[in-house]
Amino acid sequence: MQKQTIDIKQLENRIWQILARITDPEVPVLTILDLGIVREVIADDTGVQVSITPTYSGCPAMDMIATQIRMELLSEGIKKVDIKSILSPAWTTDWMSEAGKQKLKAYGIAPPNQKQQVCQQDLFAANEAIQCPRCNSYHTQRISEFGSTACKALYQCLHCKEPFDYFKCH
Amino acid sequence: MNYVLFMADTNLILAQRNAEWCGHGPVLEQDIAITNITLDLLGQARNFYQYAASLINQSARQPIEATEDSLANLRTEREFKNLLLCELPNGDWAQSILKLFFFSAYTQLLYTQLQHSKYDRIAAIAQKSLKETNYLLRWSSEWVIRLGDGTEESNQRIKNALTYLWPFTGEMFVAADFEDEIDLKGIKDKWQQKIHAVLSEATLAVPDMQMLMQSGGKQGIHTEHLGYILAEMQYLQRTYPGAEW
Repeated sequence: MQKQTIDIKQLENRIWQILARITDPEVPVLTILDLGIVREVIADDTGVQVSITPTYSGCPAMDMIATQIRMELLSEGIKKVDIKSILSPAWTTDWMSEAGKQKLKAYGIAPPNQKQQVCQQDLFAANEAIQCPRCNSYHTQRISEFGSTACKALYQCLHCKEPFDYFKCH
Repeated sequence: MNYVLFMADTNLILAQRNAEWCGHGPVLEQDIAITNITLDLLGQARNFYQYAASLINQSARQPIEATEDSLANLRTEREFKNLLLCELPNGDWAQSILKLFFFSAYTQLLYTQLQHSKYDRIAAIAQKSLKETNYLLRWSSEWVIRLGDGTEESNQRIKNALTYLWPFTGEMFVAADFEDEIDLKGIKDKWQQKIHAVLSEATLAVPDMQMLMQSGGKQGIHTEHLGYILAEMQYLQRTYPGAEW
């Protein structure tokens, strides 16, 4: 009995390690663990259940990510996989790992600010102070609240003139 | 179940209308904005359709299994329960923006209530959708103010939009028999306050709240516009059933 529990724990750990290899199709420097969208891995005698949560309701990458999880686990011989989508609690950029934020910045995308500090809902709210991922200046301006994907906004650095994406706090 | 379909249809039809702007926005940034918003509306519609399909399949009387796709693509005009407001043609930018403002001011209040729904799945969808609706409400409010308090032409255009759309707002607050869980009266009061605040800032007069309003969408009695949307949207699945790509 005890042996079995250990086996299952080991299997779950192995699955987490496999999941750490899967990247977001739209932001390929981030793994799905960096993004914080894998909520739970449960293994038992009948199979494996992986619970994921969408970043935005309309994120087109979710189906792709679910398929990647299946493929990756299958390639490791784990066949019975159930992928469950969880909506509550709703995903927030606060779940993104510190390592993930560093990787985003190195990739040229400004990482999300801490939500508690700056997420504004007021009309015509002053722009958040976003740091340019290239020259680190805070002298930046928002070009558009919506960028190349739902999770990003378009900014420009007024110091080095570089336009860049900002991963919005959400 | 009818309530879930009402929410699904309403989001889907508005998403389909918004999507018509793709590639036609006034400037690139706003084209991207409205299509991003559309993706979220579509995602919310999918969440509701998936739930509706699971409810229908549980009742087991159906000979064919329902899916999110069959509910969106294989139901007829009279079966759609969406708000009339959502199916109206886009008109100009002012009309599309004002429609989104009226709509998101309503859904924000609605999702705030539905977060506490006794049905867990509705509560979860509402919690998720609320975050996205906040963006939509802020973005559309800013545009209403910009247009109203802008140039002579932009002011005239949003005034025209207001005259045209206003009679379609009343339907949101008239409860259908499937809307027993919602406090529509409370939502209506707060909605009016919000509309009043934004329209005033946009230098626009608030129309008469007691005006005779259009209704029927929730009961499947639609304007002539819905049939055309469905024809375009459903054509492929009806001609080539089960087509995938």
